[in-house]
Amino acid sequence: MSNQCATFYVDGLHFGVEVLQVQEVIRYQQMTRVPLAPTVVEGLINLRGQIVTALDLRRRLGLPDRPDGHRPMNIVVRTEDGVISLLVDEIGDVVDVQPDEFEAVPETVRSEVAGLVTGVYKRKERLLLLLDVNRAVAVDGDRMLPGGSSSAGATSSTKSQVN
Amino acid sequence: MDTNPEIIKEFLIDCYENLDRLDSELVALEQDPGNASRLASAFRTAHTIKGAAGFLAFGKLEKITHVGENLLSKMRDGKLVLNQDVTNGLLRMIDAVREIAEYVEAHGCEPSTDYGAVVTLLRTLDEETSAPPPAQAEATPAVDAPVAVAAPPTPVPAPVAVAQVAEVPPLDHLFVADPADAGRSDADSPNNKKQAVSDTALRVDVDLLDKLMTLVGELVLARNQILQLTSEQADSGLASATQRLNLVTSDLQEGVMKTRMQPIGNIWSKFPRVVRDVATQCGKQVRIEMEGKETDLDKTIIEAIKDPLTHIVRNAVDHGVEDPAIRTQRGKAAEGVLRLRAFHEGGQINIEIADDGAGIDPEKIRATAVRRGVITQEQAARMSDHEAIRLVFAPGFSTAETVTNISGRGVGMDVVKTNIEKIGGQVDIQSRVGEGTTLKIKIPLTLAIIPALIITSADGARYAIPQVNLLELVRLEAEAAASAIERIKGAQFYRLRGNLLPLVHLHRALELQSYQGEGDHAINIVVLKADNRQFGLVVDRINDTEEIVVKPLGKQLKGVSVFAGATIMGDGTVALILDVLGLAQRSSVLGESRTRNQADQALETAGADTAKQTLLLFRAGSHERLAIPLSQVARLEEFPAEMVERSGGLDVVQYRNDILPLVAMWGDRSDRTGTSRQAIVFDHKDAHVALVVDQIIDIVNETVVVQKKLARRGVLGSAVIQQKVTELVDVSEVLAAADRQMTGQAA
Repeated sequence: MSNQCATFYVDGLHFGVEVLQVQEVIRYQQMTRVPLAPTVVEGLINLRGQIVTALDLRRRLGLPDRPDGHRPMNIVVRTEDGVISLLVDEIGDVVDVQPDEFEAVPETVRSEVAGLVTGVYKRKERLLLLLDVNRAVAVDGDRMLPGGSSSAGATSSTKSQVN
Repeated sequence: MDTNPEIIKEFLIDCYENLDRLDSELVALEQDPGNASRLASAFRTAHTIKGAAGFLAFGKLEKITHVGENLLSKMRDGKLVLNQDVTNGLLRMIDAVREIAEYVEAHGCEPSTDYGAVVTLLRTLDEETSAPPPAQAEATPAVDAPVAVAAPPTPVPAPVAVAQVAEVPPLDHLFVADPADAGRSDADSPNNKKQAVSDTALRVDVDLLDKLMTLVGELVLARNQILQLTSEQADSGLASATQRLNLVTSDLQEGVMKTRMQPIGNIWSKFPRVVRDVATQCGKQVRIEMEGKETDLDKTIIEAIKDPLTHIVRNAVDHGVEDPAIRTQRGKAAEGVLRLRAFHEGGQINIEIADDGAGIDPEKIRATAVRRGVITQEQAARMSDHEAIRLVFAPGFSTAETVTNISGRGVGMDVVKTNIEKIGGQVDIQSRVGEGTTLKIKIPLTLAIIPALIITSADGARYAIPQVNLLELVRLEAEAAASAIERIKGAQFYRLRGNLLPLVHLHRALELQSYQGEGDHAINIVVLKADNRQFGLVVDRINDTEEIVVKPLGKQLKGVSVFAGATIMGDGTVALILDVLGLAQRSSVLGESRTRNQADQALETAGADTAKQTLLLFRAGSHERLAIPLSQVARLEEFPAEMVERSGGLDVVQYRNDILPLVAMWGDRSDRTGTSRQAIVFDHKDAHVALVVDQIIDIVNETVVVQKKLARRGVLGSAVIQQKVTELVDVSEVLAAADRQMTGQAA
């Protein structure tokens, strides 16, 4: 029995999400930034009257920021905590994956990435990392996030104490 | 047995409604045991539950309600008189039935618990009062005697009546038919009414209503967007269609909101029983009075305030109202009164719970708070009585000397406060020793769509501030702004009518980067209140007020306490809603800058030698120039001579439904009758006191250098104001002297 995965790219890595978890894919939207929010939270977008939090997957995975001028895409996913948009570099194809291609995450994958990935599909062309959506969106109010660059937030919060 | 769960659900809804009704009927019956129509209705209610339980094969339910029904039927037939024991027994039956119903709701079957005790209790009651006929016979004459005695005379006047109006043959028919008719119509009328209600009303799932509300929210947003777009077009057809859309949407919004409204009486109806139970338990007599039962509230809010209100009511009966013996000793009626009042005011619901009990002694609270380490000795001394009383809302605080079974475990009032604040409400407490305590709750009408002020921060983003937190807007022009804002150790203050208003810069609180620098342009201050304190929020631009649809923030943003939610603006962008309390806490303007009491301010007045102050200058008696900080003055009044009355050796006037004593502190030159009197009114010990002066000279805003050389009792010192030596009055001392004068003259 085969499964379908919607795939996308983040900093050269090839990720996949189970296709049934994806609500839609939309182009970059204007968004409202949320001051004091964890750095992974890119902002809030108005998705046909619904307010959706957009998370930057690069920051979530502890990867370097997107180069300037490169607009991310939104993959809107349904999770246990409601609808969330994940910002990714580029959208790939929807692919069929076979259970026998599946394997646990190799040791060599960085820990920030490995923590959010259920496993890999060894496909002919390249490895496809299967993203655990619920874990990826589990970001609480704490600025000290595993995988997020937290230094900027921490310094600015001390600054406000001085005020 | 596999009964359709839908049917069980229906049964449970009915059952709860019936139990609630039975509750209130029984408590009402206790006051008026002979009320035949009430008894009949209580019997019918119990019978309905029994019937339905039997139909659904809930054996235990049926058995319990059956014995209860027996008791009720005896009472209805006049074989048994309702007394406290019987009421207690029946109320226990209701509790048991409710317990079973809740179990059925959770597990789909009856609990294994044996409710034999309740059944036996009811049976004993039944037998006690009816089985031993001698006992009954002894009791019966007492009850029946009036009837028995009254019965024979009826024929006697009858002939007289007949004699007088002989031409009314169906008199006996009238006599017979009348009571029966009355009885029947009495019994029928509630039935008829019920039918009418069920014909025009139907039950709707709350989820469906919630969904409708969300959809209306979307519609409101779409409407706002279309309104904005059409305002840029010149098409008149489009404009009128939009106008229609606008009106219809508003009506629809109102209509859907109404479907979610419930009268507050729905939760109040439980309170007579609560009050009765608690009162019986602590051996008190308490009557409950309700006003404004029909006041409507959003269902979600009703749910949210149910527990806090119950807690307050229990507290009031347990701690507020005194024992009957003490009450009589204090010259009050043995029966205490608990008054519930609900009303709409300014887009908010006000709920007041007042008891006429012992009240709260602020001294006791201070002492307890210090002992428990809630505040320090020094803080306690600085607190006003009102602030001290408000300490009951502090976590871990309880003044009851003995912890009772009902309340006083030290949790409670703080939870009440947090719960009410969670839904955007406020609680305040007022109390007078010996007279009682009043709790005032203010809550918004609804949570889904609220009026808000839209403002812009330095980085151009818009934020919404809920209107309920808004007090006023102040705009300082560039020149004024530079001088009007004072800095104390890095914190900024603005002197708003003599009070220091701590300022919070929005861009700093939110750690926004770009800002054009300070002092060289106009400043907009939004004066907000949070937790009974005020502070000013400096924003870049004030836009407009708008009805916004509140949407919750995702879990990822729950930790950001300065935002209460988000909304979508007319142009489709998302704007964040500021949580005023969270913002204040983050900027730490709440803890330190509390409103200080008068003595404290007077001290500061004397101490802060060089600060600019607003002073009221006046002339009184032999003193040519006296000054009082304007911030301590409540009002200036002029009373025409004919308003002044004499009472208890004092001049008084009627002032705002109160009697205001006029105190002449500096010698009274105003015995010249016929002239009006000028007075400075102070707030003093929860009341007003007016000091009579000869003339108000001026109000000045000056830097005052106080010379303490001339300080004496009642005078803090003197200063040169407007090139003239002026004495600074020690207001607290003067008010104390006024107290002495009043009590002295009254005695």
